[in-house]
Amino acid sequence: MAVTEMTTKLTLGPIAYHWSAERRRDFYARIADEAPVDEVYLGEVICSKRAPFHEGELPETIERLERAGKTVIVSTLAEVMLKRERKATDDLAAMDAPEIEVNNAAGLYARGRRPHRIGPFMNAYNEATIAWMAGQGATHVCLPTELPAEAIAVAAAAARDVGLGVEVQVFGRASLAVSARCYHARAHGRTKDNCRFVCEDDPDGMPLSTRDDAPILRVNGIQTQSESYVDLLPEADRLVADGVTHLRLMPQDVDMVAVAGVFRDVLDGALPVDEADGRLGLLSGAVNLSNGFYHGAAGYRRIAMIART
Amino acid sequence: MSLAELICPAGTPAALRTAVDAGADAVYCGFQDATNARNFPGLNFTPDELAEAVAYAHARGTKVLLALNTYPPAGKVDLWRQAADTAARLGVDAFIVADMGVADYIARTHPGVRLHLSVQAAASSPEAIRYYCAHFGVRRVVLPRILTIPEIRQIKREIPCEIETFIFGNHGLMVEGRCSLTNYLTGQSTNMDGVCSPASDVEYARHEDGSMSSQLAGFTIDRFGPEEKAGYPTICKGRYTAPHRPEGYYAFEEPVSLNLSRLLPELIDAGVHAFKIEGRQRSKSYVRGVVRAFRAAVDDIRAGRQANMADLVALTEGQKQTQGAFETKKWR
Repeated sequence: MAVTEMTTKLTLGPIAYHWSAERRRDFYARIADEAPVDEVYLGEVICSKRAPFHEGELPETIERLERAGKTVIVSTLAEVMLKRERKATDDLAAMDAPEIEVNNAAGLYARGRRPHRIGPFMNAYNEATIAWMAGQGATHVCLPTELPAEAIAVAAAAARDVGLGVEVQVFGRASLAVSARCYHARAHGRTKDNCRFVCEDDPDGMPLSTRDDAPILRVNGIQTQSESYVDLLPEADRLVADGVTHLRLMPQDVDMVAVAGVFRDVLDGALPVDEADGRLGLLSGAVNLSNGFYHGAAGYRRIAMIART
Repeated sequence: MSLAELICPAGTPAALRTAVDAGADAVYCGFQDATNARNFPGLNFTPDELAEAVAYAHARGTKVLLALNTYPPAGKVDLWRQAADTAARLGVDAFIVADMGVADYIARTHPGVRLHLSVQAAASSPEAIRYYCAHFGVRRVVLPRILTIPEIRQIKREIPCEIETFIFGNHGLMVEGRCSLTNYLTGQSTNMDGVCSPASDVEYARHEDGSMSSQLAGFTIDRFGPEEKAGYPTICKGRYTAPHRPEGYYAFEEPVSLNLSRLLPELIDAGVHAFKIEGRQRSKSYVRGVVRAFRAAVDDIRAGRQANMADLVALTEGQKQTQGAFETKKWR
């Protein structure tokens, strides 16, 4: 058990939101210097229109993180339809890097059998699909966020049997849907083509509430996210025991260095889980934490510690 | 010019016979379990019913396509494999699949049966479509409802398989196969269980002022004034509030139906091989009306005659309808 714990890696997923280049630079500088994460995913996954704002920074950010000892992986777009999206995907797939994370079958086609990771948008739900992907050059798979514990265990065992790393999102808003339509633009009476990047105003997504004022979802451009932050900190031990090798933190508008520290401390056995989860609650501010998907319940639910085994 | 096959929904054995009699070139259906994306109570087929349906359809020259278009969660893959084995034995003409593991199994185990790529696979570029064609021998792709006609024409030039597009019925907003909205609120998954905004979780609440709330799993998806007709609480068609939209608005899309009847000639010209009518959850009389009307329209177009579109437009009379992304990319 101790050996397994030592090898469990903490990762930082790609920034889902339209954070400015300056904000990203500051964010990743702090991650490089202070955050106990082992691997960092970079790149624009949600909206191809945003990429020009920050892709120029990419080489410098990669260098900065690598100098700090982090493994860097570039992620591809989740939706590929337009010419610029196809080109961006082709360009990334052509990179002579050992690690890219593919989020669309167009990326798989372009990458061929060269090594790649399977992103959470690729729908690797089961052992048959994982075995297929491994045979095509996948080295690592991030499972869908809605997959429940029993399926994660089976998928993780299958992935490790064929030598793949296995990753599960343990913190941050869940991606619940993507669309061809931009809902940020729509909320402001615009269309995707004349959006004027209004999504930049919402660094943690635009809140949607029901008409009786219950917060329910977040809009992030073409993506719809959960209102709650997924929190599988209390489940981390079981994930590791079930064969998950990488735990993913999604960047939110909170102190991500501190969030990473809490997870690292729990993995290292340096902090009791209940105390750590209390800290995570404070770091998350007014946002609810949830673990329903993991427990096969409605995703927004928080299944109480006492009910967890 | 393509053949303009008409692909029609068969939620029940009775609906299947109705669609066949009304002139469907092919019908699509599923088993009574999580292996298809319309796993709704009272719908779908037992193996015995599917055997009878195949016999009925084939005797009249109609093909039967089996939807196996959900994503098996790890540990449950056998249910999908058994469904494929059963349907292959019963002689279905094609499988409609989304999951790569399922596609790979069928390609290896039942190489004689055609594979169609479900809209649930969300293949919206030539490269993505070619991936499935190259690896699994996919013969037809069902395109997501997010592309304009010029974009469909361009894709057709770059892929080695047939194209099927939706032309009528429910207008899904989210990229299919990538939506967990229902699971987030109800605990039942669209991808793994074939469930979308399930009726078992729906409630309507009348308020003192005469207004009505439609709720899903306790969440108010929309609220209707005394004069408004309360709609079904589909999550992506509800009204919500945002900080600068305190009045409540359709954050994703209004409850509209897709109706591309006016675009049929252009779609054929763009290289669309087959037209899909959505609605396995619909009644027999709905299926009869829609299939008959489209049968006549497609026959007219194929014979070079002006199609009478009035009947098709009338099918959605009183309801809002849209040509969605097919007409203009401003929809996005």
